[in-house]
Amino acid sequence: MSGRIGRDDVAHVAALARLELDDAEIDHFTRHLARILEHAADIDELDLDDVPPTYHPVGLRNVLRDDIVESTLDPAEVLAAAPDAEDGRFRVPPILGEAP
Amino acid sequence: MAEWETVVGLEVHVELATASKLFSGAPNRFGDAPNTNLTPVDLGLPGSLPVLNRRAVELAMRLGLAVHCDIRPAVFARKNYFYPDMPKDYQISQYDQPICVDGWLELPSGVRVGIERAHLEEDTGKSTHVGGADGRIHGSSYSLIDYNRAGVPLLEIVSRPDLRSAGQAREYAEELRAILVATGVSDARMEEGSMRCDANVSVRPAGSTELRTRCEIKNVNSFRALTRAITYEAQRHIELYESGGAPTQETRHFAEDGRTHTLRSKEESHDYRYFPEPDLVTLDPDPAWIEAVREALPPLPAARRAALVDATGADRADADLLVRRHLDGVVMAAVGGGADAALVLTRAVNDLPEGAGRLDGAALARVAAMEQAGELTATQAKDVLAVLVTEGGAPDAIAASKGYEAMDSGELESLVDRAIADNPDAWEKFCAGEHKVQGVLVGAVMKATRGQADGKAVSAILRDRRG
Amino acid sequence: MTDPFPTAVAIAAAVRSGERSASDFLEAHLARIEQREGELHVFNLVTAEVARARAADIDDRVAAGEDAGPLAGVPLALKDNMCTRGVATTCSSRILDGWEPPYTATVVERAAAAGAVLVGKTNLDEFAMGSSTENSAFGPTRNPHDPSRVPGGSSGGSAAAVAAGFAAVSLGSDTGGSIRQPASLCGVVGVKPTYGRVSRYGLVAFASSLDQIGPMSHTVADSALVLDVIGGHDPRDSTSIPEPPTPLLDVVDRGVDGLRVGIVRELALAVEPDVAGRLVAAADALAAAGAIVDEVTVPAAVYGLTAYYLIAPAEASSNLARYDGVRYGIRVPADDTTQMMSRTRAEGFGDEVKARIMLGTFALSAGYYDAFYGKAQKVRTLVRRDFATAYERFDALLGPTSPSVAFELGAKSDPLEMYRCDTCTVPSSLAGDAAMSVPFGTGREGMPVGVQVMAPALGEPVMFRVAGALEAANRG
Repeated sequence: MSGRIGRDDVAHVAALARLELDDAEIDHFTRHLARILEHAADIDELDLDDVPPTYHPVGLRNVLRDDIVESTLDPAEVLAAAPDAEDGRFRVPPILGEAP
Repeated sequence: MAEWETVVGLEVHVELATASKLFSGAPNRFGDAPNTNLTPVDLGLPGSLPVLNRRAVELAMRLGLAVHCDIRPAVFARKNYFYPDMPKDYQISQYDQPICVDGWLELPSGVRVGIERAHLEEDTGKSTHVGGADGRIHGSSYSLIDYNRAGVPLLEIVSRPDLRSAGQAREYAEELRAILVATGVSDARMEEGSMRCDANVSVRPAGSTELRTRCEIKNVNSFRALTRAITYEAQRHIELYESGGAPTQETRHFAEDGRTHTLRSKEESHDYRYFPEPDLVTLDPDPAWIEAVREALPPLPAARRAALVDATGADRADADLLVRRHLDGVVMAAVGGGADAALVLTRAVNDLPEGAGRLDGAALARVAAMEQAGELTATQAKDVLAVLVTEGGAPDAIAASKGYEAMDSGELESLVDRAIADNPDAWEKFCAGEHKVQGVLVGAVMKATRGQADGKAVSAILRDRRG
Repeated sequence: MTDPFPTAVAIAAAVRSGERSASDFLEAHLARIEQREGELHVFNLVTAEVARARAADIDDRVAAGEDAGPLAGVPLALKDNMCTRGVATTCSSRILDGWEPPYTATVVERAAAAGAVLVGKTNLDEFAMGSSTENSAFGPTRNPHDPSRVPGGSSGGSAAAVAAGFAAVSLGSDTGGSIRQPASLCGVVGVKPTYGRVSRYGLVAFASSLDQIGPMSHTVADSALVLDVIGGHDPRDSTSIPEPPTPLLDVVDRGVDGLRVGIVRELALAVEPDVAGRLVAAADALAAAGAIVDEVTVPAAVYGLTAYYLIAPAEASSNLARYDGVRYGIRVPADDTTQMMSRTRAEGFGDEVKARIMLGTFALSAGYYDAFYGKAQKVRTLVRRDFATAYERFDALLGPTSPSVAFELGAKSDPLEMYRCDTCTVPSSLAGDAAMSVPFGTGREGMPVGVQVMAPALGEPVMFRVAGALEAANRG
């Protein structure tokens, strides 16, 4: 069932997706997304109960690699790209919560 | 006062003993300089793609089969959440189609604990928090991230809530560890982080079958901490119910003070938005592979305990102890050789160190026989065993050297024969008439008896053998 | 409309034989870049010096008697969402501004090993999300045939690079039509290979189960040549097809005698009259060349757009989560990490990317997964099945590529209108099948029109035969 998406939904997914939006932007995106989902309602008329989903277009199975150590990136090159680093590690502002 | 029953389920994460990471060829190694064990895949660089490590799959199956799971076709899934130690801000894990399901393991005490599932997932990087108290997150001014651990293969093993006490939970964790070590799946060291236990704890009125609100307890870093945490948490729930309240479903941390604490930050409702990982294809190990893994399983602790009980009549506690100390092998050999089971067990339980050093089953059997026949007192038997453990050797010779018993001629003759077999060149020369080489052969016997054999008697036997 | 630019086939032959130098060919292309790049904005980065060094190196090797490879000296442009070590790769997004990858994409390594000369990284819709290249954070690319119009998207820069003679061939990426549609709008050949035929290692992911890298070129033979070089199994891509692909260059001229070609009814109905007219002409041309042409129905195709605009944003919302200001790219400072991430992403991403991330997050979120993402993947199954049914009766399918010719910059402000540009291309993306656009004359106001040839998975050989026949008919 694809219905509309409301302002609260947009605020919620923006937070989930780590996108800081102001009120005007939330309004704008709410209209935008509602329009898209309105048109997505065309699939509601289909009977999909017995239809399996397709997650992979190519039906491969068991793609594995041998447990062999390969060459790694030069840490200097890796850290050169970092917005902020210290002591060979990536530096970030205070993390408020524990990892889930 | 109503009686309460504790209900515990354990979620155990173990790092798998592979050479490289789960989805890349970076080394699976602890302790290296930060950010030196990374490929583009481990850093989650734009454009990078995961490729599954065959050995990680093999180890997962090994553990699954060791705990009687069904091995099923598995689908990797993305668990989406943002955290700075996550290179992609999603973790590749398995969700509704894990590789192992519906197993169980039997505790030494005989209780059977269900295992709901075991699945593969990648580990995250590690953050160090700077500026707060004790390096904790709270009050820190910034954090530093090392991604060396990102991508290390983990197996998450989830038990059913079949554990009924802190003690049982510990037993389960220890048994699981023993299996992991015996099968080579992981070195499973809690203090090093290669085995991590989270406990799901709830209580209910004794005799009821309901499952009440549970709390997840994290930050448990040893088996002892596990029992303390569960004991505390269960009691906390009981006190809440008895005062008319109830616990809130939440995640709590176990702290040094022996208590669990609610997480200080706002509890975000976690919507992980799981969906099948599009960059990986279905894992469907073929039956031949599964069988090969099953057949290669070493004897597992439960089987070893059972065999010991069968062969020796040992009680559960003794069997558990002997298997943990890797003494079951030498005991089985001794009893299999005809020694008295009860006596062997007593000596093994009380007097042998882990692994039994250089003591073998035949020697243990001989000592027990000597003790049983009254040729050795208990104290003397322990002494002889101690020597056998550190140096090996022959029980009779050792007993004789300590003055406990005269060496019997049969033993001396077999020692001479042994010296002959070990020194064929010297024997040949001796038989050919060279007198001097006799010293080599006599010397060998002296060495074996620590100088206590009668040299003349040895020479006489040599001449007798030569004919 | 004659095409004065040399083909890759011709360039490689001339360079390999020593007839003409790689440096010479390169300078001609660089001169054209010099002339019109300011007007067209095809590139995010022109790599002239590196290209000159490379071309000189190839000329040295040829002089030394070595075989410089099947793409010897061929000037190649790369869509700027393919990783090139030490060379900025931005995906036309502010969030990756200045990022230089520490590794190179497999297809780029293969092309370079075959002797290709990289002339630059081309502009695209930000993170490949769009159908006009107007969503680039660095400004749009303009259509070389008419600079007041869009080149299409998201591989607009790559299509324009070939059309303007800046490169002999280019690589683009196609998720819902992003190679084929700009190819059609710019009058060049553009191929979306069978999913899994070309490695995605090093392609910055948009929608992982749909993305494919493919060639864009003046001629069908050139695309066959490039595909032969870049395609094939890559152990670094788990979704890469293990079996070696059939070489394609030799099949292009085999003709279509006796081949059964079906015109997909649902796609043919979705277009403007001038485009429809070219499709009819193409069908007639194939029939005249000996093909058996008839109409066929792929009923679920009409739901393709909806399914695509649920699946692609969902996968994208997850693929783009990594841009969080921690390890690379820009960072907006804040008091805590969560705020830092949210501000960085708000500032670093453009509106279309944000919209799709939110749409995708919503489609996967608790309570909505079954209704949106789950359902869309079922619709995908229906699309695959209906194509499979069509392929039982036909060797290849034919349809329009784009509903219209290139439109003016700024003309499509309604997002839904923009999404409809993908109506004809999305269905074969969902199926994972092979599809390509071949220029076939002009439509309104003399603007190029392409027709789309489709084939079942790994059906590139028959697809290229049909494409070759269309090209021949168009020429003659």
